[in-house]
Amino acid sequence: MTAVLFQQVSRHFGAVRAVDSVDLAIAEGEFFAMLGPSGSGKTTCLRLMAGFEQPTAGHIEIFGETAEGVPPYRRNVNTVFQDYALFPHLSILENVAYGLMVKGVAKAERLKAAEEALAMVKLPGYGTRRPGQLSGGQRQRVALARALVNRPRVLLLDEPLGALDLKLREQMQEELKALQKSLGITFVFVTHDQGEALSMADRIAVFNDGRIQQLGTPEEVYKRPATRFVADFVGSSNVLPPEFVETLGFGRHHASLRPEAIALGGGDGRTQFTGRVTAANFLGAANRLTVDANGARVAAMLPASIAVPAQGETVTLSFQPEDLHTMDGA
Amino acid sequence: MSIATDTSILARRGGLSGRLSDLFWRKPGILLLLMLTPPLLWLGIIYLGSLIALLLQSFFSIDDFSGLINFEFTLSTYRQLLIPSNFDIILRTVVMAVMVTLASAVIAFPIAYYAARYARGKWKVIFYLGVMLPLWSSYLVKIYAWKLILAKEGILTWFLAKLHLLWLLDAWLALPVVGGSSLSISYTGTFIVFIYVWMPFMILPIQAALERVPGNLIEASADLGGNPAQTFRFVLFPLALPGIIAGSIFTFSLTLGDYIIPQIIGSSRLFIGQAVYAQQGTAGNIPLAAAFSVVPIVIMGLYLWMAKRQGAFDAL
Repeated sequence: MTAVLFQQVSRHFGAVRAVDSVDLAIAEGEFFAMLGPSGSGKTTCLRLMAGFEQPTAGHIEIFGETAEGVPPYRRNVNTVFQDYALFPHLSILENVAYGLMVKGVAKAERLKAAEEALAMVKLPGYGTRRPGQLSGGQRQRVALARALVNRPRVLLLDEPLGALDLKLREQMQEELKALQKSLGITFVFVTHDQGEALSMADRIAVFNDGRIQQLGTPEEVYKRPATRFVADFVGSSNVLPPEFVETLGFGRHHASLRPEAIALGGGDGRTQFTGRVTAANFLGAANRLTVDANGARVAAMLPASIAVPAQGETVTLSFQPEDLHTMDGA
Repeated sequence: MSIATDTSILARRGGLSGRLSDLFWRKPGILLLLMLTPPLLWLGIIYLGSLIALLLQSFFSIDDFSGLINFEFTLSTYRQLLIPSNFDIILRTVVMAVMVTLASAVIAFPIAYYAARYARGKWKVIFYLGVMLPLWSSYLVKIYAWKLILAKEGILTWFLAKLHLLWLLDAWLALPVVGGSSLSISYTGTFIVFIYVWMPFMILPIQAALERVPGNLIEASADLGGNPAQTFRFVLFPLALPGIIAGSIFTFSLTLGDYIIPQIIGSSRLFIGQAVYAQQGTAGNIPLAAAFSVVPIVIMGLYLWMAKRQGAFDAL
């Protein structure tokens, strides 16, 4: 079943087309990521699902029911806000129980459910504290518990890990993924961090300028970017200019080539090119070599075990032809 | 790089200000002391001192026969407050202050809400001007203007007549207590003018409180299933409550103490402020005037204590 359906949805703010004719179908139980730079329309799409924004044009369905014109409080969809939006005047337990309270669940029952939700996010016994007494990571968990206690059909997450430090973020990524699997709830996740989207999502929609540039599995988006924007934004892919691609024998197109697909030296059936080394950076597990090949800037990721050529040296590089992915002009 | 020098510690700046800067940096307490001493002297000695003097006066009594003050500790002056004619004054004033405060809060909230949530740029400036402008003109001028507006021959009567709603005004004026022969000499008139004059003191604190409520809390409440009424009751109102309390302290205490508005607009029955004025002036009964002045202080103390117990300041 389709959890969220967008048909030609647009949201304009005056002359700004924040969301421009977006088509989208998110399947039930899916972990769906909306990836893009700030101002690309991903957050507006999330707000359209939550009901905080109404579409200027188009049609939205949530589990087959028309959603436009339906206020947020009548949607069985909950949001984890970017800065958590916990109620500062309520205790943690009251925060988590809020959704059940406004729906009229009896006090004993809702407090019990809130305790269970807190235990689920590994914060048992924190109920009596105030939001101001918790760390960022703990508040993030409370926000998650507050949303999940309502058993929403879709959980919307607006850059929920953005404010956490790296280590906590990695830990929360795993926990979120595990939680989503065990609950089977559809998660829609907004992020500008491509690594986060690639590692967590079942499918990714890459946004730019209010439109979806590409929609696919993390592998598709990573290995076969549909446009130059996607190639550029999702990771550190080389975007090769048409002139250079032509000299390699692939026709006059833009093309993307992953740095790790490039190796030093030639080989059977491999496409070769030469370039002058402009920079070599040690990254720990690998060396990143940047070369100038006929005016095209190409980065190659080489294993740390290989000796790095010196700057200014001319080197031969090669890749498997199928790793080069040509793109339309966009 | 002409400003670069070879030294890593710069020489002390010359003159008194250089010395003082170093001193204040080393001992910040001195600067604090210098800044706080004048206001503390003012607040501590002149203000609190006179308040204590006032309090002491209320424990003296007046000799009914000679009219001289008898400087002996007694509670008889306070007992005098409880005789019906004086107690009526207290009751009348407190009821008026409560009504004015409640009505001000109800009227001010939507205005403050609009200003905090929706007004931007030019509209915000217009809001501040609109709220503050009445404070720039004399309080007496405004009250006399209202006297003219509310008088029997005034613009309000004329306007209602044009709308064929004069019967509504007459019906209201025919009511006991709140009515009278015209609005300008009824409690209703006093009430209207109190609300008008104190309104800025209610709007601004509520607006400041609402401005501090992040918009996403309101969205979060809606997201969790709270309809607008529930969002108001459980999120917006509790978070605005410190502002409402702050505003009500103004409207409540200002109404308790005012003696000009009820004198110009209203029935001839006295309010606390007028009683103080009359007792310390014409009647020369300073102890009773002092006892009357203590009443608003006690009431405000009780009010704040109750507000605190109700958790009104928890969101601060």
